[in-house]
Amino acid sequence: MATLQQQAKGKKDGDIRYLSPLKIETQERKKYCRFTRSGIKYIDYKDPDFLMGLVNEQGKILPRRLTGTSLKYQRKVAVAIKRCRHIALMPFEGDLLK
Amino acid sequence: MNQYETVFILNPVLSDDQVKETAKKFENFLTERGAKMVAKEDWGLKKLAYTIDNKKSGFYHLFEFTAPGDLINDYETEFRRDERVMRYLTVKLDKYAIEWAEKRRSRMSKKSQA
Repeated sequence: MATLQQQAKGKKDGDIRYLSPLKIETQERKKYCRFTRSGIKYIDYKDPDFLMGLVNEQGKILPRRLTGTSLKYQRKVAVAIKRCRHIALMPFEGDLLK
Repeated sequence: MNQYETVFILNPVLSDDQVKETAKKFENFLTERGAKMVAKEDWGLKKLAYTIDNKKSGFYHLFEFTAPGDLINDYETEFRRDERVMRYLTVKLDKYAIEWAEKRRSRMSKKSQA
């Protein structure tokens, strides 16, 4: 407990107060579309390992706001993943790499 | 003449020569009607990501060919009629896909040599 003298000096133990607010680094680094940057033009639906990187643990397609891909390539990714699921190279749902 | 690519899965209970015979049947179906085979790949017995009519694995085949557009319709009915085929997917290839397929084939051949 804060002793009388500490209370008199107005300093409570463990409660540090800063005069100016801390500058927390909130603005994350700029997301970029990996396909335009690496110049991949066609997303192959036959190699599931590459497509697994664009899918979360339940096997759902990751949204653009997380992966940062551009709209044009996000559509190609979605089509490729659905085809890959159709030929049973990727699960529709499942606890993959849990 | 467009370029197409077909992946199909055959029933795992088939014996080896039945698998070859089925693949041959579809290939002959194409070549007889004026299509030209570009590439053939046999991925062999692979585990499926989920069970298809309670089978856990299947023989995967990949055909790449150029064909007139109207041939694809009865090519697919051929697949529907054949009950040894569990699943098939025919895809039309645009120029990026064709370029990618060539790159992939050269990489595969390099890997097989190495």
